[in-house]
Amino acid sequence: MARVVKTKTEFEGNFFEQYIVIEGDELTPWAADEKLEKVGKCTPRVDGSERVTGDAKYTYDIQLAGMLYGRILRSPYPHARIKSLDTRAAEKLHGVRAVLTHKNIPQIPLRMGQHFLLEPTLRYAGDEVAFIVADDEEIAEDALELIEVDYQELPFVIDPEEASQPSSPQIHLNGNVLNGKPEEYERGDAEKALREADVTIEARFTTQVALHNSLETHGSVCAWEGDSLTVWDSTQHIYGVRAGVAQALGLPLNKVRVIKKYMGGGFGSKNGAGKYTLLAALAAKKVGRPVHMMLTRKEENLAAGNRNNTIQYLRLGAKRDGTLTAIYLRSYAGLGAYSLWGTSPGGPARQLYACPNVKTIQYSVFTNTGPMAAFRAPGYVEGTFSFEQAIDMLAQKLHMDPLELRLKNYIDTNPMSGMPYSTKGLREAYERGAKLIGWRERKSKKITQGTQRRGFGMASQIWGGSGGPPAYALCKLNNDGSATIITGTQDIGTGTKTVLAQIAAEELGFPIERVSVELGDTQDGVYSPLSAGSMTLPSVGPAVRVAAHDAKEQLLSIAAQVLEKPKDQIKLKDGLLHVQGLEKPVELKEVLAMKLQNFMIIGKGARGPNPEKYSVNTFGAQFADVTVDTETGEVLINKIVAVHESGRVINPLTIGSQIEGGVIQGLGFALTEERVLDRHTGLVLNPNLEEYKVPTALDVPEIEHEMIDRADPYANNLGAKGVGEPPIIPTAAAIANAISDAIGVHVTDGPITPDKILKALNKTQIGGNHA
Amino acid sequence: MAKATKTKRASVTVRGPHKMPVHLFVNRQDYELHVEPRRTLLDALRKDLGLTGAKKVCDEGTCGACTVIVDGKPVYSCLTLAIECEEKSIETIEALAQDGKLHALQQAFIEEDAYQCGFCTPGQIMSLKALLDENPNPTLDDVKRAVSGNLCRCGAYPKIFRAGLRAAEILRSKKGA
Repeated sequence: MARVVKTKTEFEGNFFEQYIVIEGDELTPWAADEKLEKVGKCTPRVDGSERVTGDAKYTYDIQLAGMLYGRILRSPYPHARIKSLDTRAAEKLHGVRAVLTHKNIPQIPLRMGQHFLLEPTLRYAGDEVAFIVADDEEIAEDALELIEVDYQELPFVIDPEEASQPSSPQIHLNGNVLNGKPEEYERGDAEKALREADVTIEARFTTQVALHNSLETHGSVCAWEGDSLTVWDSTQHIYGVRAGVAQALGLPLNKVRVIKKYMGGGFGSKNGAGKYTLLAALAAKKVGRPVHMMLTRKEENLAAGNRNNTIQYLRLGAKRDGTLTAIYLRSYAGLGAYSLWGTSPGGPARQLYACPNVKTIQYSVFTNTGPMAAFRAPGYVEGTFSFEQAIDMLAQKLHMDPLELRLKNYIDTNPMSGMPYSTKGLREAYERGAKLIGWRERKSKKITQGTQRRGFGMASQIWGGSGGPPAYALCKLNNDGSATIITGTQDIGTGTKTVLAQIAAEELGFPIERVSVELGDTQDGVYSPLSAGSMTLPSVGPAVRVAAHDAKEQLLSIAAQVLEKPKDQIKLKDGLLHVQGLEKPVELKEVLAMKLQNFMIIGKGARGPNPEKYSVNTFGAQFADVTVDTETGEVLINKIVAVHESGRVINPLTIGSQIEGGVIQGLGFALTEERVLDRHTGLVLNPNLEEYKVPTALDVPEIEHEMIDRADPYANNLGAKGVGEPPIIPTAAAIANAISDAIGVHVTDGPITPDKILKALNKTQIGGNHA
Repeated sequence: MAKATKTKRASVTVRGPHKMPVHLFVNRQDYELHVEPRRTLLDALRKDLGLTGAKKVCDEGTCGACTVIVDGKPVYSCLTLAIECEEKSIETIEALAQDGKLHALQQAFIEEDAYQCGFCTPGQIMSLKALLDENPNPTLDDVKRAVSGNLCRCGAYPKIFRAGLRAAEILRSKKGA
């Protein structure tokens, strides 16, 4: 029976208490030493064949009869008003089927009325002006050029700190600071503790705007059948898109179906319906034909989200023995033109170490630039870059080993809530990482003379990743002894389908080949949350286990009746019924299809509440070994070691992929990736993959990684936590610390490009001859 | 009562030259298409032939997701016009598996988990296919260079390298057998 319970959940560093509906009984977590046959084993992806043959159909690949293609006209100015707009020439172009503007569509409010689907005010270069659908993309692109718009340019602001001043151009009616004031957190008295500290350090850090550059751009394909709308969407949250579309278009939820089978990357930026979705839906309705609307690469980089830039002022205080006594952070983050939330660059400062006096003041500020979106551990990547460098600065000042300083301030309880961590494997991660990189022998490998300087650095990671309810699953057993798991989550490339198949097969006692997993369709599925916040596996996995358990119990009851044996004398193993007293196991088909004709067992499962008395977090440590050329400023990464603790490892093969991928994105953030904006025009200069530098095959160093594989006894019935975001968090900080170790000076502005290294060297003895 | 009215055709503008015929030889099959001269090979494959394995990511030759093999060489099909491919032999990811059996590269990609979202995978595999067709004994550096023009945003590179080497091994052992 359905029950309403209260639970705590965490998402992207923010905590929520909410009521949720759960069904069915919670299962005892698998014990740490439980003998598991499928879970914990390297398992190649169950949909591998589709991915390597080109059979996998992504949203971009959807082609429907009569389908039209959409293109969006975007603002060429960072802040402007449309004075007049003439679409007549565009409409006359052969093959153009509709042109939508703010004059001919309903005024649809977005983000709680912060802005509208199409409106005369444009708040960044890339903001949507008009929408065209045509027989083909080439025609739609031609038509864009034929729309005549008279813009009135308005004053604009792009720097978040500057934008926080009341005198700067105002982007929204309520001012540029989100919610009118900074978000503040304090425990103890940080200012007093700083005054009383034996040793203090102070530094200003900046981090750049990074672009997701998911290879599949954002986009939707929309088709109507009567008053029902089907949306194929490249999304991490089919139910979020459904809710967004239904609300914007005034449709009941059961008239909107959202499908996402395969998607080409999202990294946090694809969590809801886009303007492209709504425009495509409106145009499809108007013209009576399906509309394919995928952003171009340029649009993706202007309008589809980014990791916001930050400016962070950090002060730390400590006793002479290294005990941290004070942390003070004031930060500014540029939201771009639209957002309902801001990230928490102060997260690591609040949580990583035992420190009684902490104050963080976080400004989230609107600017006339492309809107930010969650990007793999939003806030924490930026916050760790600064905070973990500051810890190294403190270690230097204290003449302490950076690792010793971190161990000195280690804490087993969450310093914000006072609750113990359900598991915390950070100490072991430090130990293993230090061993793998050769931390204690590093002094002998360091090169401090000549133009090729070699150094070592490290950084720690904390993140949520508990997941939580609501998440539901069904387990259907067919009469041929095959099983289908159905849930409304999505596999965004992390291997969700495969781990869910492992979990179901384990619980059912089925071979994995007999289990199929259906995800990504609101029509088939039951609700599951967005695939973000490292929450997919720990939210959906436990629900799948409950559903499989429910189905198995029903199956055993039926088998007991058909075989006329007590239920407790029947066990399921390898998809066969092992019955006490019978020499040979019984095929499921014999019980199901032959004796009972057609029927279907439907098991139901729900994710139970999170533990009340424990803080569920993920931890890790990364170490970098780098060589810096002091003449060119070039950084060569010799090796990165990543050791993480995310509870029980379900699939070592795919978890390894996650770790390597996170580290590689982290090294792009550390060294090469930056959206470059022209201050004078407010225009993005590199909205492409030519000049926005994501790591290529030749940029990848040796990456050695390990998991501290430890079943979390309190997190959920699997003992597993999320792992999607953790591996990107400490990479840039570890590299920055290694660079500083090599050249003797910290580079506090990201990305750490050769010019910044040369500039930093000029301030030191090493670089004296460059001055 | 219904009234017959003559609908007036609005005066329309047409830009660019008209469609023209082109013969393409794709995956051992002949096709005759009518495309605008500006249509890329990538769009012709995807839209006119429904071969959506090759992906459109940048559409300007910077990412490699659209890689197909033309006359034995890997090319960016987004930088190739369809009408340039008259009489040329084109091979796409869809033709790699034969008689229901995966190619060694496909098998190795699955075993090594050499992908995450999978969007770049067809391009990576076609770049490596061109390498292995020409050089059955590639070094790690050869493999890296072969995919250096294929971006993977998920960062599957280390496993792509392993898959490339593993596939070469599989192919060699098949030949030896």
